[in-house]
Amino acid sequence: MTAFTSRPVWDERPSLAGRLVKGTVLTLIVVSVVFPIYMVVLTSLSTQDTVTRAGGLVSVPGELSIGAYQELFAGGVVTRAVLVSLGVTTVGTAISLVTTVLAAYGLSRPGSLFHRPLLFMVLLTFLFGPGIIPNYLLVSSLGLIDSYWSLILPSAVTAFNLVVMRAFFMNIPGEVTDSARIDGAGDFRILWRIVLPMSKGVVAVIGLFYAVGYWNAFFNAVLYLNDNAKWPLQVVLRQYVLQGQSLVTGQTSATIAGEALPPSLAIQMSIVVVALVPVLFIYPFVQRHLTKGVIIGAVKG
Amino acid sequence: MLRRDAGTGPAGDLTSPAGTGTPNNVRKRTSKASRTTGNMTGRRAIAAPKPFRTRLRRDWPLLLMTLPAAGLLLVFHYVPLLGNVIAFQDYSPYVGIKDSPFIGLANFQWLLQDQSFWDATLNTLGITTFQLIFYFPIPIVLAILLDSVVRPRLRLMIQAVVYMPHFFSWVLVVTLFQQMLGGAGLISQILRDHGRQGIDLMTDPGTFLLLVTGESVWKDAGWGTIIFLAALAAIDQNLYEASAVDGAGRWRRMWHITLPGLRPVIILLLILRLGDALNVGFEQFFLQRDAVGREAAEVLDTFVYWRTLTTGEWSYGAAAGLVKGLVGLLLILVANKVAHRFGEQGIYRRS
Repeated sequence: MTAFTSRPVWDERPSLAGRLVKGTVLTLIVVSVVFPIYMVVLTSLSTQDTVTRAGGLVSVPGELSIGAYQELFAGGVVTRAVLVSLGVTTVGTAISLVTTVLAAYGLSRPGSLFHRPLLFMVLLTFLFGPGIIPNYLLVSSLGLIDSYWSLILPSAVTAFNLVVMRAFFMNIPGEVTDSARIDGAGDFRILWRIVLPMSKGVVAVIGLFYAVGYWNAFFNAVLYLNDNAKWPLQVVLRQYVLQGQSLVTGQTSATIAGEALPPSLAIQMSIVVVALVPVLFIYPFVQRHLTKGVIIGAVKG
Repeated sequence: MLRRDAGTGPAGDLTSPAGTGTPNNVRKRTSKASRTTGNMTGRRAIAAPKPFRTRLRRDWPLLLMTLPAAGLLLVFHYVPLLGNVIAFQDYSPYVGIKDSPFIGLANFQWLLQDQSFWDATLNTLGITTFQLIFYFPIPIVLAILLDSVVRPRLRLMIQAVVYMPHFFSWVLVVTLFQQMLGGAGLISQILRDHGRQGIDLMTDPGTFLLLVTGESVWKDAGWGTIIFLAALAAIDQNLYEASAVDGAGRWRRMWHITLPGLRPVIILLLILRLGDALNVGFEQFFLQRDAVGREAAEVLDTFVYWRTLTTGEWSYGAAAGLVKGLVGLLLILVANKVAHRFGEQGIYRRS
């Protein structure tokens, strides 16, 4: 066992009690994160009988079924919300990444024309936010109410992400870009051929930040989208799970809102899982870059 | 002028003082050593800046690249900033900003006499104080704990798990908590199975402070360890070895080496948090305000929202938002001063 540890020679081995306490605390922490997710996933995959017998969330696997998901995606509401969220996330992340990468490179050379005022303009956004009301008035006067662009454009560029990426670009040795410039490459080519390939990690991390932001976008949707046919997944999640409202499936369905029953727990939990899955899915791929990206942001930003 | 602003303000350590392009550093990155202001002013006095047109010809690709982001920030940050002018008006959406009558500071007067505004302010400050005591130390302790896990594989695995909830939306976090602690949740279920009465922590104003802090800890405490882990990794291992050789035990090493090593980061984040005292997070409270009730869950952000978008008192809401923004700005500047007093470089370092 000691062969696997990297404990330095001068460090005494912790006492048994100490190790027990540490192990217990860490286990409890990990369980407190994993267990709720496990129960939610399990409940979403359980039959109605199993859920009823458990009297709520299922913690011991019983009879499994994917009925909840079939029912969920048969009805229009959740399917549409998932598509909306996927679309907004994809388009938004693309726009955000492109503008952020370009601006981060554009601001990465001190001494260039207007470098100082432009950087100052970016940094000033840290200090003072315009507030909810003026934002709303602007979006509404641009005619973006009930438009998906209202979920993308106002939050498309985050100063923090821009500064982190800029710090990363500035860390690339000047000799590398200089030699390319001597060979006759312009700035666009240098960015595309040299800087970006060297910055895959930070681009992945910033991309994750943006994508998660769009996927999780809730309040902007509440604020700017009055038409509930356009709701993204997070708003649907709140409506049907947190507030337990009934899912009226299908536009032509004869179900009257007052008569429809609240969705079963399995269906509610399957909505939670649908909101959870993309994050769980992308996260492991980006996770190894996280520490690096954030530390650079912390040190340089 | 800008330079001086940048020196004391947010730019601080961010804008490197390469200044207006001097001939010998326009293409090359200035080396770290020459990035001192003293050096700079000396050089600046000697070398006259290149003419505008030459620089434009050289730098237009950079300007073109910055344009989209700058445009977005201009439209969606600076234009609404000007929109705050309605705080001084009796604004009506049918009349428009241009023609709405100016009423001076009347909105602010009403605001200061509004009991519900003060309630929201007190709630916000109460939550900030509570979380400063019961949330802030947790990432530090957790980071030290994680750092003491010597097997790298195991450590990475635990890190991966505790970082994860940071990426969940507030809707999701509140939903998960509801499923665990709510009236129909897991805890109530277990209590009922044992013949007791179920409890509903999600609607109890008395325990709301504990609830929101618990949610914040679950979501972000793990993520918060990143910056402390980085600081821990930067501590010179020789210090530990030397003190161990000198006979210092585990706890003495933690007290005399680990904690002093973390001190700058702790002070920095503490000051940042103080500057951010009026921001306790919007969505978390918006989502739970109805269930818990206004008395406990109304914070400044939700106050602005409910007072405006549900009643149409735009100017009043904008005034409240402006007051919050200005007090926040003041707190940041004060915190920055304090940071300098502590010998820290500046506060514009975020995790």
